[in-house]
Amino acid sequence: MHPAFSIIFFTSAAGAGYGLLALLGLLAPFGLLPASPLFGLAALALALGLVVAGLLSSLAHLGRPERAWRALSQWRSSWLSREGVAAVATFLPAGVFAIAWIVLSTGNDGGGSGVAGIAGWITAAMAAVTVYCTAMIYASLKPIRQWANPWVPRTYLALSLMTGALLLNALLGVAGQAAGWSSLLALASVALGWAAKEGHWRHCATARPVSTAETATGLGHIGRVRLLDAPHSEDNYLLKEMGFRVGRRHAVRLRFITRLAAFALPAALSLGALAAGPGALSGTLALLAAAAAALGVIAERWLFFAEAKHTVTLFYGAGEA
Amino acid sequence: MTSLPNREPGTPRLGLVIDLDTCVGCHACAVACKQWNDGGHMAPLTDTDAYGAGPDGVWFNRIHSFEAGSERGGCGGSRTTNFPRSCLHCEQPACVTVCPTGASYKRAEDGIVLVNEDLCIGCKLCSWACPYGAREFDQDVGVMKKCTLCIDRIHNETLAESERVPACVMVCPTSARHFGDLADPSSAVSKLVAERGGYDLMPELGYQPTNKYLPPRPRPTLALDERVTKDSANDDQPLHGLLKWADRILAR
Repeated sequence: MHPAFSIIFFTSAAGAGYGLLALLGLLAPFGLLPASPLFGLAALALALGLVVAGLLSSLAHLGRPERAWRALSQWRSSWLSREGVAAVATFLPAGVFAIAWIVLSTGNDGGGSGVAGIAGWITAAMAAVTVYCTAMIYASLKPIRQWANPWVPRTYLALSLMTGALLLNALLGVAGQAAGWSSLLALASVALGWAAKEGHWRHCATARPVSTAETATGLGHIGRVRLLDAPHSEDNYLLKEMGFRVGRRHAVRLRFITRLAAFALPAALSLGALAAGPGALSGTLALLAAAAAALGVIAERWLFFAEAKHTVTLFYGAGEA
Repeated sequence: MTSLPNREPGTPRLGLVIDLDTCVGCHACAVACKQWNDGGHMAPLTDTDAYGAGPDGVWFNRIHSFEAGSERGGCGGSRTTNFPRSCLHCEQPACVTVCPTGASYKRAEDGIVLVNEDLCIGCKLCSWACPYGAREFDQDVGVMKKCTLCIDRIHNETLAESERVPACVMVCPTSARHFGDLADPSSAVSKLVAERGGYDLMPELGYQPTNKYLPPRPRPTLALDERVTKDSANDDQPLHGLLKWADRILAR
C-alpha cells in the first residue's frame, strides 16, 4: 500500500497524544503527577496538540476535506466513522478533566478531586477506544492480510501507550520531577510495544497467504497462473494506491531503524534515566528517549503501509497476497 | 446508510456473467463503458494528461490476459485467457460497510452497489476494502467512482427494450458478457452458470460476488510432434526421386 505521509503522521502523532492523554487521566487522580497548574497545562497541551495535529493531518489526504463532518454519520458499520465519533467524543471528558485537574485540583495536594478522577478515567478509556478504532480501520480490511489480524490493534494500542509513557517521562524530567515509577513505566511500555511489533512481524512472515493469482482468476484448475498482458500500458489509480512495493533491502534497513529508534534506544535511555535519579541528566535522557521513539514509530508506520500487500496486485502479476 | 440492506430471498440480484472461453480480449467493453459512463450516472470519468507523457484516467472495466498451466506437456498444456475485470456487485460488499459517510450503498431492490458522489469525501477506504480493484478515484473531482451496472441503461424506458443492458454487454462482439438476474434460478444467466460451472473470484474472502465467471472449456492437449520439435528426427526417413539423387551427389 502507498505510504501517504499524512496518514503516517496522523496515526503516530494522534497515537502518542492519546497515549499521553490516557496516562494523564489515569494517573492524575492518584496524585502521582506534579500538582502545578503549569505542568498540567503543558502536559495537556502537548497531548491534545498531538491529537489535533494528527486529526487535521488525516484530513489532508481526503479528496473533499470540506465534507469531512459527514464521516461521523456511519458509526453503525464503519470503523473509520467510529474512530471519528470516538475522537470527537473524547474531547468532552478531556475538557472536563482539564478544567477539574488544572483549575480545581492542582491547588491542594495531588489533584484528587472526584470530578477530575471520574473525568480522567473516562478520558483514558475513550482515548484507548479511539486508538482501537484507528487500528480496526486497517484490521477490518480482508484484502490486506498483513492488516487483517489481531496483531494490528495490539500493536497500535501498545505503541500508543509506549509513546505516551515516554512523553510523560520526558515531561516529568523536564519539569525536574523525574520519578522512578515513570521511568519504569516507560521501560515496561517499550517492552510491551517491542513484543507486540515483533509479534506482528512474525505473523506477517509466517501466516500463509490467503489469496493467490489462481483464486483471483479462478483458473487454478488449469495450472499455475501468470499475467501475460496488463490492461493498460501506463500507471493507474490502483497501482499507484495499492501497487506500492518496498524493496527488500530497504525494508530490512527500515526494520533495523525501527528496532533501534523505537525500542532499543528508548529502553536504554529510560534505563539510564532511571539509574541517573532525579536531575538534569535523567530529564535529558528521558527527552532523548521520547524523540527517538517518535522517529522510530514513524519508520514503523511507514513500513506498516509499505509492506502491506493488497489482493488487487494479484491481477497485476503478483503470485500471492 | 452504509449498513447493508435487508435483502429478502428472491429479490433480484442483477449482475454479469463473463465467459472466459469466448472473450477475445478486444477491450471493446472497456471502451463502450468509458463512452457511456462518461456522460452517465457517474460522469465524468476524468482523464488527466490524456495526450501527454503520463496519461491516467478512470475506467470501470480493465481487461487482463493470463496464462494458466505449463507450456511443457504439449500443445494446449497452457491456456491464454483474456480476463475482463469490473465491479462484481457483491452481496457482502465491504466497500459499502467501511464507508464513513453513507456515500456508498447497496440497493435493496436489485443489489447494485453505487456511490452517491455528493456525500463522498474521497477517503479512498472503499477502494482498499475491495479485493477486486473495482473502485477508482477521480482525482479531479475528489470522489470515488465505480461501475453502476449501467443503471441508467438497464432501467431506462426511453431505450428500446433490447438495449436495456449494460454498455459492455451491448457491445461485446463475441457475446462473452451476459446480463441478468442471478437470484432467479430460471433466468438465462443462472442457467448458463449452472450449465458451465460459473464461479466466484476469491471466494475465500467471503464477499459473495454477484458476477460469475465461466471457465474456459476443456480442450484436448496434443502431444508435441517430434518431426517438428527434434532436428535429427528426420535423418532416417527414406528419400525418393530428386531428393534421393541430390542427397547422393552431396554425400560424395
